[in-house]
Amino acid sequence: MAVHSTETAANTPSVALGPATALSCRECGERFDLGPLFACATCFGPLEVAYDLPSGDPESLKKQIEAGPDNIWRYAPLLPVPTDVADKPNLNPGFTKLVKADRLAAELGVTGGLYVKDDSGNPTHSFKDRVVAIAVEAARAFGFTTLSCSSTGNLAGAVGAAARRAGFKSCVFIPHDLEAGKVVMAAVYGGDLVGIEGNYDDVNRFCSELIGDPLGEGWGFVNVNLRPYYGEGSKTLAYEICEQLGWQLPDQLVIPIASGSQLTKIDKGLKELIALGLVEDKPYKIFGAQAEGCSPVSTAFKAGHDVVRPQKPKTIAKSLAIGNPADGPYVLDIARRTGGAVEDVNDEQIVDAIKLLARTEGIFAETAGGVTVGVTKKLIEDGLLDPSLTTVVLNTGDGLKTLDAVAPTSGPTATIRPNLDAFRAAGLAG
Amino acid sequence: MSVKVRIPTILRTYTGGEAEVTAEGATLSEVIADLEKNHQGIAARVLDDTGKLRRFVNVYVNDDDVRFEQGLETATPDGAGVSIIPAVAGG
Repeated sequence: MAVHSTETAANTPSVALGPATALSCRECGERFDLGPLFACATCFGPLEVAYDLPSGDPESLKKQIEAGPDNIWRYAPLLPVPTDVADKPNLNPGFTKLVKADRLAAELGVTGGLYVKDDSGNPTHSFKDRVVAIAVEAARAFGFTTLSCSSTGNLAGAVGAAARRAGFKSCVFIPHDLEAGKVVMAAVYGGDLVGIEGNYDDVNRFCSELIGDPLGEGWGFVNVNLRPYYGEGSKTLAYEICEQLGWQLPDQLVIPIASGSQLTKIDKGLKELIALGLVEDKPYKIFGAQAEGCSPVSTAFKAGHDVVRPQKPKTIAKSLAIGNPADGPYVLDIARRTGGAVEDVNDEQIVDAIKLLARTEGIFAETAGGVTVGVTKKLIEDGLLDPSLTTVVLNTGDGLKTLDAVAPTSGPTATIRPNLDAFRAAGLAG
Repeated sequence: MSVKVRIPTILRTYTGGEAEVTAEGATLSEVIADLEKNHQGIAARVLDDTGKLRRFVNVYVNDDDVRFEQGLETATPDGAGVSIIPAVAGG
């Protein structure tokens, strides 16, 4: 059984990226050779990787995957990477824990099984290592020597680290007012780090203009001119979740939305697993989670719109603070197609949810994880998410990166002199 | 009103490879019409069949995203910079 995500490639690809055959426009279907392209020359629509995925017995493919390394390269036959990718210098992210969150489930009233996909376990402590790992291989294939990106923080660190490991130079761009933890994590790897006086959308615009200028020549911007490849890294979240559930689809997933790319690629990954016969074909629902202070997609969802009106972000969830989300319209399509929803929570609810996850499961999530847990709680309260079904909630980053969010309300229970009387007087014994 | 228009790589086939061209017009709509006069075919790449900005095109007048302003009716003062950028980036 051959699976084609789009029609047969019009042109023979000039680079070897595994099963990838071409780039295809999501809007008009026009096809292009594999290359550092990201927008359709006809309609400006986003380009995505088209494949000729493995054919044959699903059980053999499962065995091949299960015998692979404990990182995303176990899924190399489904990704736009060279077949010998596991031998190349890369951060080798992925295969993070899928935590069965029984205590959180009890708090939220979930009876059908609640899991947290904890991507804080990646090399630079966010899911961004997955997408960057794929982009590194594309950058290598296309002969780039410098890696770059526009970033809300996590990506800058992931690019900086991956560049060092893979032998690239790096120059990354961030809004000037990011959390200190993310700035340090982006700077420590030694590449150039540039703060832009503006918000993420301003940074993104700047990078898009830099690509078209001789100043940016020879640069691979992982989330701009390498974006079709980069995005595919998020499919590995879908693959891992299903494999870790015993090759089963979850009934419901709650996924954070920044640009919306991750959510759309998880959906793509789930559909591929069904098409390949690796999981049973059954319905699943995808829920998107945003912060109220940057909620262009949830606002559009609730209003019944199919276009997303940009917003000026103002939220503590800075990793999700993209006011003009590129994949917003596709998120709306997916939430509606699968019977899911898009919801948002305010900053106070985000902090409460970070603490809820921490005290029930021992997982310290960054603000984006507070958004998904908070939205899960709200969706259950509103009757939109069925607590009797298997549900997976994503935590995409480490709480150590966003200490500011919880620092004002997280401190010592008491400060005492070093003697037993003081301890007794503080009322903490027993 | 003369403005400078930054052209994205994928539209430079219409401008003979130029990354920046000048155009006339008091509003973005007029600027695009003037671009079309001198670079035939470019308007259809930026606007859809109903004459609206395509879903995946961002246009800035100076530093302002026109979707936050008056869209195609956004004023383009003399000397302004207009940037046409593919929307699908970032994240």
